[in-house]
Amino acid sequence: MDYQVILQILDSTLRLATPLLLACLAGLFSERAGIFDIGLEGKMLIAAFFSAAIAATTGSVWIGLFAGISASVALAMLHGLASITFRGDQLISGVAINFLAAGLTVLISEDWFQQGGRTPQLAGAARFNPIDLPFADTFSVVPILGPIYKEVISGHTILVYAALLAVPLTWYVLFRTRFGLRLRAVGENPGAVDTAGISVTRLRYTAVVICGILCGLAGAYLATGFAAGFVKEMSAGRGFIALAALIFAKWRPWQALGATLLFGLLDALGTRYQNIEVIGFNVPVQFMQALPYILTVVILAGFVGKAIPPRAGGAPYVKER
Amino acid sequence: MATQKTEGRPHTAALSAEPAIELVGISKAFGPVQANKDISIRVMPGTIHGIIGENGAGKSTLMSILYGFYKADAGEVFIRGQKTEIPDSQAAIAAGIGMVFQHFKLVENFSVLENVVLGAESGARLMPSLSKARKLLIELAREYELNVDPDALIEDIGVGMQQRVEILKALYRQADILILDEPTGVLTPAEADHLFRILEGLKAQGKTIILITHKLREIMEVTDTVSVMRRGEMTATVKTAETSPEQLAELMVGRKVLLRVDKKPAQPAATVLDVQNLSVTDEDGVQRLKDISLNVRAGEILGIAGVAGNGQSELLNVLGGIMPGTGRVELNGESIDLTGKFSDGQSRRERGIAHVPEDRQRLGLIMDFAAWENTIFGYHHDPAYQRSSLFMNNDAIRAETALKMQRFDVRPPDPQLKAKSFSGGNQQKIVLAREIERNPDLLLVGQPTRGVDIGAIEFIHQQIVALRDQGKAILLVSVELDEIMSLSDRIAVMFDGHIMGERLPSETDEKELGMMMAGMGEGA
Amino acid sequence: MDTLPRWADVILIPVINLVLALLVSGLVVLYIGENPIEAIKILLNGAIGSTRGWGYTLYFATNFIFTGLAVSIAFHARLFNIGGEGQAAIGGLGVALVSLSINWPHWAVALPFAIIGGAVFGAAWAAIPAYLQARRGSHIVITTIMFNFIASALLVYLLVNVMKVPGSMAPETAAFPKGTNLPNAYQVLGWFGIPFNKFAPLNIAFLLALVCCVGVWALIWRTRLGYQLRAYGHSESAAVYAGISPFRITMIAMLISGGLAGLMGINAVMGEAERLVIDSVQGAGFVGIAVALMGRSHPLGVFLAAVLFGILTQGGIELEFEIPAVSREMILVIQALVILFTGALENMVRAPVERLFQRRKKRSS
Repeated sequence: MDYQVILQILDSTLRLATPLLLACLAGLFSERAGIFDIGLEGKMLIAAFFSAAIAATTGSVWIGLFAGISASVALAMLHGLASITFRGDQLISGVAINFLAAGLTVLISEDWFQQGGRTPQLAGAARFNPIDLPFADTFSVVPILGPIYKEVISGHTILVYAALLAVPLTWYVLFRTRFGLRLRAVGENPGAVDTAGISVTRLRYTAVVICGILCGLAGAYLATGFAAGFVKEMSAGRGFIALAALIFAKWRPWQALGATLLFGLLDALGTRYQNIEVIGFNVPVQFMQALPYILTVVILAGFVGKAIPPRAGGAPYVKER
Repeated sequence: MATQKTEGRPHTAALSAEPAIELVGISKAFGPVQANKDISIRVMPGTIHGIIGENGAGKSTLMSILYGFYKADAGEVFIRGQKTEIPDSQAAIAAGIGMVFQHFKLVENFSVLENVVLGAESGARLMPSLSKARKLLIELAREYELNVDPDALIEDIGVGMQQRVEILKALYRQADILILDEPTGVLTPAEADHLFRILEGLKAQGKTIILITHKLREIMEVTDTVSVMRRGEMTATVKTAETSPEQLAELMVGRKVLLRVDKKPAQPAATVLDVQNLSVTDEDGVQRLKDISLNVRAGEILGIAGVAGNGQSELLNVLGGIMPGTGRVELNGESIDLTGKFSDGQSRRERGIAHVPEDRQRLGLIMDFAAWENTIFGYHHDPAYQRSSLFMNNDAIRAETALKMQRFDVRPPDPQLKAKSFSGGNQQKIVLAREIERNPDLLLVGQPTRGVDIGAIEFIHQQIVALRDQGKAILLVSVELDEIMSLSDRIAVMFDGHIMGERLPSETDEKELGMMMAGMGEGA
Repeated sequence: MDTLPRWADVILIPVINLVLALLVSGLVVLYIGENPIEAIKILLNGAIGSTRGWGYTLYFATNFIFTGLAVSIAFHARLFNIGGEGQAAIGGLGVALVSLSINWPHWAVALPFAIIGGAVFGAAWAAIPAYLQARRGSHIVITTIMFNFIASALLVYLLVNVMKVPGSMAPETAAFPKGTNLPNAYQVLGWFGIPFNKFAPLNIAFLLALVCCVGVWALIWRTRLGYQLRAYGHSESAAVYAGISPFRITMIAMLISGGLAGLMGINAVMGEAERLVIDSVQGAGFVGIAVALMGRSHPLGVFLAAVLFGILTQGGIELEFEIPAVSREMILVIQALVILFTGALENMVRAPVERLFQRRKKRSS
């Protein structure tokens, strides 16, 4: 592989990792607050559709983004209603949300556009377009680093940079603010939070809404940044890979970046090469696609360090003495 | 009623004759259960006020109302003379009330400092809050002799230390009324004594303390005033100095308490259970049983006394096949598998060991199963319950259950009713019926009367004694010293995973046993 | 305390949930600009208005019975098996391997082996998540989701690279030998002189599904194993006290669950497609979750819920044909709403109903 190819692979790694990263951080907020969320996929999907659909009809990607986030937050609130207010099963709620999004997106897009579950192709201001970072061309003459800056780091849409920025931001919020302390506490022992005079319900709803916003960004990026329009089932299991990355990262922001970049790299390699030779073996592309899932199972099995989820995760809070 | 606002917080009792807390006509029902009935109480500032009562008497409910955890159906709360609404814990904290729950409300993987700060941060940014709190925490710790390491993680420190963190949490929120709910349940006697010294210190500083307990000894030892609750009602409030344990006991249960169970002297025969050098290490790597040796003979009750958490549960669990252990245990001269293939509850039952577990709701019963399904629980492999090699004979089981329920006076005697629909005493009778009617060689019994009403207690005690008189061996574990004293033919005292020694009930008294339970005595 | 009479618990509440789900779906149809009443008419007519409709409806229902029972039995042991999709896919692989292994003389000979093949493969695919849950505490919901994706990748690989007919472009196996083709409803009913649609895919796997319903019912409520399984599902700590091994129960429950899901291959692969294609399961594994929830994990309930979802699936296809604006994804929405109302928002429906009954009880006493 020559240097240019490596740069191209890294470039697409970053693009492919972005939706995973946003969804992973979304899950991180929710699960750190004790609300398991296997509905990341559905929220991403509905955001992808609404952002593309509204961007297509208004011509403005920003209005589209807002619509996408709103739709995702609406589903997040539904999840909150089920798992916080009505103390339902969070896993079942997540499953339902995934189906709901899969069904609604196609139904509504058929109704609006009659294009077999697609939205019209987005172009111009209806899409997030690549941004060239300053001096990309100037620096490109610098050996090694210059091309990295130009080819890999520069030239992405604003949502890619937003996702990268979300990592330190999440870390700061979680570990350096009062809100973060309470959020982590409510995921570990909601009783401690409640007796300290803080509303468990409000904290958890806040976390769920943040999760909805980040999933909204992830979905909007898919349909208006990564691709140019919505296609049926376009989230394609990314919500679950993000979930896998979250476990892989042991519910920590920086590790989430690492995990999603790794999974993004696997995806990039799988897309570029149908078969990869590794020390004489021919690795089929399907194996590359399945690798994130296999790695997650290995992690969950505890063979490579133990992934301990937030202690109160998955359980509705019921007052007890 | 004084309604005048008190300026500042009273720091000495003498300054104010106004009660720190006054509850008037508090009532609270959970569905059909009336947990609190028209309760009124006055707690004077700068005193330690005890609230005593049996399990389920409504003590904790009352205090949870005061802490804003539950909302009362009726009644008023006055704090320092001011009528106060307490809709949530935040309001209680604002009113200067701090509560130490029976089950600590701490975040396990947070540091002591983070736990103290949680909910009482000084700003949106965490670091300034923490450094500010650290200073205050160190001051508080010095002032009240509550030494803790601010940076230690909760999961790494012992229960005694965790309790201090809870007290510090309250003090950090400037509580001057401190409620402690059954604080000594998890403490060793030494830790309990330390706690009482802390409470005395807090009182000296002008704090008001409410101590909820069901232990008479604690009430007599530390309180100034004591209120007695029975079945949701407040039956009396008296000065501790002017009462006696006997009087309090009578007030608690509503009649003279039978302190001794009617029973003939034991006629012990051959050794049934022989335990040699038994040790148990739990999943966290903590050694819970340290080289224990004891034996129980046919026709006798060996009582194990001790403060909760000193290895009694593990002793029952390892003998009952729930936990692995090391050492040598023989039943009727034949050894029992402690770690291998036959170290499970099933194998134990086949060997003739029956087990009435300490926690019937978590272990002894499936709360969502009907009574008839519960009366075969653990014995479901018995051929008598099978119709064929594949199917169970549910009709036969139901019929047998109806008979058992009659014999053990389970009310209502309906085999189809789910276990969770029965009262605590009737649940315990279902477990006892199941275990005793198997005619075991050895019966393991843990806390047979915990959460059981007085009427059922006597019945349960009679059944245990009757089994002994049939020539069975019985190992009884109880944290209630009275129960141990009245039922046992021999008493072994456990402390910190050791057997501190054995005594005959006729040759010892509560004082001596208490010393041994505190780790003082001949040693293991 | 039981606050609800049994009939309310097993009939009233599921019916309310279903009505709510259909109401919301009706609103969606209304939003699209179609008449929901008309839509339901078309749906019902397409699903049960003809023997052809019934033939498809019950064919789909057969799939859902297998996957619904699979989810149910795991539920009884308090295990949430979301892996039905993958287990059914791998079960289909097992059925295909058996069917293609030799030139079977007669379907009656092939069927028992195919059943073993499907069940063993499905069970094997459930075994790893089960083992990891029982021995290493790995959350079975997550591992079974992961195994769905791994199964899908594995099947694509096998069909594209290994099992494809040489020279063919289509990623599917060769057609199974004639001796494995199961009699369909037209043939079976023909034996009794009952006319039925000739091309509907309903086949004798439906009877196998009914046998499984009875078998699962007996297993759960009439055998020691079922007793232990339910005990473990209600309380793990109590199960250990009683000498019930959590490891053993987790493994057995998941193996049976995976096996039942795998049996779906008998219907979809052996009975209908008569060859293995990519994505032979088509979401039936997930429908099983809705079916189990709606049927309260009781085989009779599962059967009824499966038929209901069969009607919705077949009717939905007809609906899309008649009113293109209402695409078949409508069924996904209904499925989602049923899961939501019966599973996640159960308390929203249950609490008011309970209050209603309590008030009535108070008034009458």
